[in-house]
Amino acid sequence: MSERPAPVFLERRSYRRRRLTDAARLLPVVGLLLFLVPLLLAPDKTDTARTAGTSIYVFAAWFGLIVCAFVLSRALSRGTDAAKDRDGAE
Amino acid sequence: MTKRVLLIEDEPNIIQAISFILSRDGWRVDTHADGRTAVAEVARRNPDVVILDVQLPNRSGFDILQDLRADPGTQALPVLMLTARGQKRDREMAERYGASRFMTKPFANAEVLDAVRALVAP
Amino acid sequence: MIGINVLVAVCLTYVAFLFAIAFVAEKRARQGAGGWLRSPLVYTLSLSIYCTAWTFYGAVGYAVRSGLEFVTIYLGPTLVMIGWIWVVRKLVRIGRSQRITSIADMISSRYGKSNLLGVIVTLLAVIGTTPYIALQLQSVSLSFSVFSNDTPAMLNVRDLNATALYVAVGLALFTVLFGTRNLDVNERHHGVVTAIAVEAVVKLIALLAVGIFVVWGVAGGPADIVARIEASEIAELQLAGGRWATLIFLSAAAFLCLPRMFQVMVVENADERHIAVAAWAFPLYLFLMSLFVIPIAVVGLGVLPGANPDLYVLTVPLELGQGKLAMLSFLGGFSSATSMVIVAAIALSTMVSNHIVMPIWLSARRGGASMSGDVRNAVILSRRLSIAAILALGYAYFRFSGGGTALAAIGLISFAGVAQVLPALIGGLFWRGATRNGAAAGLVLGFAVWAYTLFLPSFGGSLLLPASVLQDGPWGVEWLRPQALFGVETLDPVVHAVFWSMTLNTVAFFAVSLMGFPAPLERLQGAQFVNVFDHSKSAPGMTRGAAEAEDLLIMSQRILGPAEAQAMFQRAAQRQGKAGYLPDTTPEFVETLERELAGSVGAATAHAMVGQITGGASVSVEDLMAVADETAQMLEYSSQLKAKSEELGRTARQLRDANEKLTALSIQKDAFLSQISHELRTPMTSIRAFSEILMADGPMSEADQKKFSTIIHDEAIRLTRLLDDLLDLSVLENGQVTLNWQETSLAAVLERAVSASASGRGERPLRIRRAPGAEDVALVTDPDRLAQVFINLIANARKYCDAALPELRIAVARRDGAVVVDFIDNGSGIPAPSQGVIFEKFARLTDQSRAGGAGLGLAICREIMDKLGGAIVYLPGQGGAAFRVSLPKAVAKAAE
Repeated sequence: MSERPAPVFLERRSYRRRRLTDAARLLPVVGLLLFLVPLLLAPDKTDTARTAGTSIYVFAAWFGLIVCAFVLSRALSRGTDAAKDRDGAE
Repeated sequence: MTKRVLLIEDEPNIIQAISFILSRDGWRVDTHADGRTAVAEVARRNPDVVILDVQLPNRSGFDILQDLRADPGTQALPVLMLTARGQKRDREMAERYGASRFMTKPFANAEVLDAVRALVAP
Repeated sequence: MIGINVLVAVCLTYVAFLFAIAFVAEKRARQGAGGWLRSPLVYTLSLSIYCTAWTFYGAVGYAVRSGLEFVTIYLGPTLVMIGWIWVVRKLVRIGRSQRITSIADMISSRYGKSNLLGVIVTLLAVIGTTPYIALQLQSVSLSFSVFSNDTPAMLNVRDLNATALYVAVGLALFTVLFGTRNLDVNERHHGVVTAIAVEAVVKLIALLAVGIFVVWGVAGGPADIVARIEASEIAELQLAGGRWATLIFLSAAAFLCLPRMFQVMVVENADERHIAVAAWAFPLYLFLMSLFVIPIAVVGLGVLPGANPDLYVLTVPLELGQGKLAMLSFLGGFSSATSMVIVAAIALSTMVSNHIVMPIWLSARRGGASMSGDVRNAVILSRRLSIAAILALGYAYFRFSGGGTALAAIGLISFAGVAQVLPALIGGLFWRGATRNGAAAGLVLGFAVWAYTLFLPSFGGSLLLPASVLQDGPWGVEWLRPQALFGVETLDPVVHAVFWSMTLNTVAFFAVSLMGFPAPLERLQGAQFVNVFDHSKSAPGMTRGAAEAEDLLIMSQRILGPAEAQAMFQRAAQRQGKAGYLPDTTPEFVETLERELAGSVGAATAHAMVGQITGGASVSVEDLMAVADETAQMLEYSSQLKAKSEELGRTARQLRDANEKLTALSIQKDAFLSQISHELRTPMTSIRAFSEILMADGPMSEADQKKFSTIIHDEAIRLTRLLDDLLDLSVLENGQVTLNWQETSLAAVLERAVSASASGRGERPLRIRRAPGAEDVALVTDPDRLAQVFINLIANARKYCDAALPELRIAVARRDGAVVVDFIDNGSGIPAPSQGVIFEKFARLTDQSRAGGAGLGLAICREIMDKLGGAIVYLPGQGGAAFRVSLPKAVAKAAE
């Protein structure tokens, strides 16, 4: 009786999981782009290329990446555990 | 000329007994205890009579007998077979493979002596 | 001011503390209580050996020289860890499923277990790492000298050398102690990893403390720091675009390829889920490590202009009177240097030992692994010697290079060297077409270009590479100039070298791979690596052979140790539905065994050793077909079907065994009567013959008379004994026996058995070796019956052991709570086909003359052990005949 909704639920869960994995795969690419931005800002020695400003940018981007990685990693491992629990229960 | 017996048997006490009985009667007794090399030993010693035990290490006495009969040189060699198993089947096999005489252990000493004598004096 | 004595005392205390930590961790892990030792946190912290003294001290110096560029060294690894789902996860999964022991093993294993590649990667790693170890030694001795002189600029060269030597020796000792304790590298080094995690915390705290002091203690907070940066000589950002991108790539590549990183990231990984945590936690660690680098650099430039910026982390607090902070910072640097050296030495020694020393050792002893000698000891010894040699090499390099500026630049040079492994590694992970020859070509070419364009020029225009070559190219050929290959002159030397070496490496790798055709084993391994997530279990077997299980057992015992090898073989036999220690040598079993051994000696060596025994027929026709049929890989196969067929196979095997046994039994039943007849008639024949001789009055000497009556007497006794045995057996078999249960000790029963079966007159002497200490086990059993079993086994050894100097070893051990007593002689043992029948009645194997029994002894022993609740089995692969008597848990425990 309650078997009907379960597959839909699972489907949705595994769908979410796949998209999370996609995001995790994409994250380093985003990171690389962010880290290459200083090159665009400082093609040559111009007024805008200051160590202090660029440092703040790099560290901010870096920290942002870490936060994203943290969120994704938590979401992914929660998904794994939940899936495992389900499998165990059935 | 002394007649020679080759005793193929692995039980040391039985070897001693048969050797004693035969040599007291004037026979020269050679002994051999291994089944695998027995046929070669017969060819080497060229005895007048062979006394052959059935249950030997590495090879059965029946197999040895078969080999002896297959070789023209030893086809007619008198062979006295001894067995401690003493079943009817063993006697039949001995006859089929061409044993000259067949005796079960334990035997009477005189019986062995008579058999050996009879085998060399046709 | 802190004196040098205090410094040495603190240093020694810290080292003692690390030893204690490592020791406790090892102990806890052995007791199986080390749960927290293997947390994701420890895994993350262990990755921090990426941050060596070069980064701890050097980053600030780097920042002073090149501004923000230092950060690229941390950005590469950050990207790798954040993208763990791409590469790291796959590496770890493969590492675990193939029992990989090092980066060299990884490459070797991927490309058909080729030892050639193993050797190339090992050499590359040694050449790339040695200068790095030298750099660590230099940094420790330099930091010492900062404290020992009031003026940091004045360095006493002899002191520097002595310090470096002490450090090198101490590190070698630590590494040997905790790095070579377990042979199986996959069992991991709990002690080392825990100590390294502690060191990781120390260096982070140290750097943060100095940073906080500088920002809020010296400067007036973040805003002031920004102002100071603006005012300093590094305010202008000199971003060389090529360098920035190249260094991010280079550090990412090195992070994956450095032997020490591979060791902590893959080999020491205890749980795949830890990677997900390290994915954000390790970048955070790097973030914190680099957060204060620029502030320290700027403040250092203000406080100590002109001093060595590589030591600002140390000298700035010292200059400002913060002795304790400087001390902490010193310990941080010390931690960075030591942890790197320890892990690098472990990783390199594993590689050198598995890919260079062991293959030579094995081929030097022809006949190989199955011959005498202890492979296990040889492996451990070669690891230890390798560790010592590697540290000696590092020290020699430090002395040779004179600790000058050449060393400071070595960090990037070393990175570029090990990065040459990257194409073969990544190609091997994702491209099934990658071949052994391609990998070798890429590695060799890349390595050569790296050496020519970067490594050799780093020594300056000196003996290794003449200045003229550097200037005008070899033989004056301009376009071959090391730092301007093919006329590319505008690039920075590092970028130039990385560009050319990686490009040529990759091109060669792909070109040769595309042209060649991989060997079957390569293709199989390639499929297993690339599709590791599809079949995490394993692909179809790779070795079908007429391997003798017993030979394999003998070899495995030498490598894994007897207990572990026996347990493994027993498990495998059980899985196949067989009893005893000898499973069928199915491809699955051989593959499992090979992996198990690979954990100890590396994949290539394990493959070679198993190959020696399985007759070198390493790939069968079936496997070739399986590999050739690429589509087979795509076929979705039903696991249920597979389980069913396995089940069927198991049942069939059991049936076959049972049938063989039944047939053998019925033949024996048939032969039983004739056997009984034979056994009774044989002594009777002698008795009758000699009594007739004695009765007849022929001529007979007194000696003969005596001899003959003795024979009659002996044979009569033999007859009686036979009847006794028959009765005993029938009583035991029918369960009519009453056992006399008593409390006793194993030692007492053994003692009784040994003295009861002392050599009689005319009997062959048998030396009995025992281990009195181990025999001290309390038992509740029937001592008479147990002694009967022991007496029988000793008598058997006396009768059948065919060694020139017969010797019987009685070994006692506890296995899973049960007590096992092994009786092992030094004869030639019992051939495998006969091992199954020796416990049957009348199953006497050799010539009867020496035996003097009817072949009932072992049958009786088996019945007795059955009644006593234990067991007696034949133990194959011990050199001689070996019987294992096991007394069950309950019986052994009851008296404890």
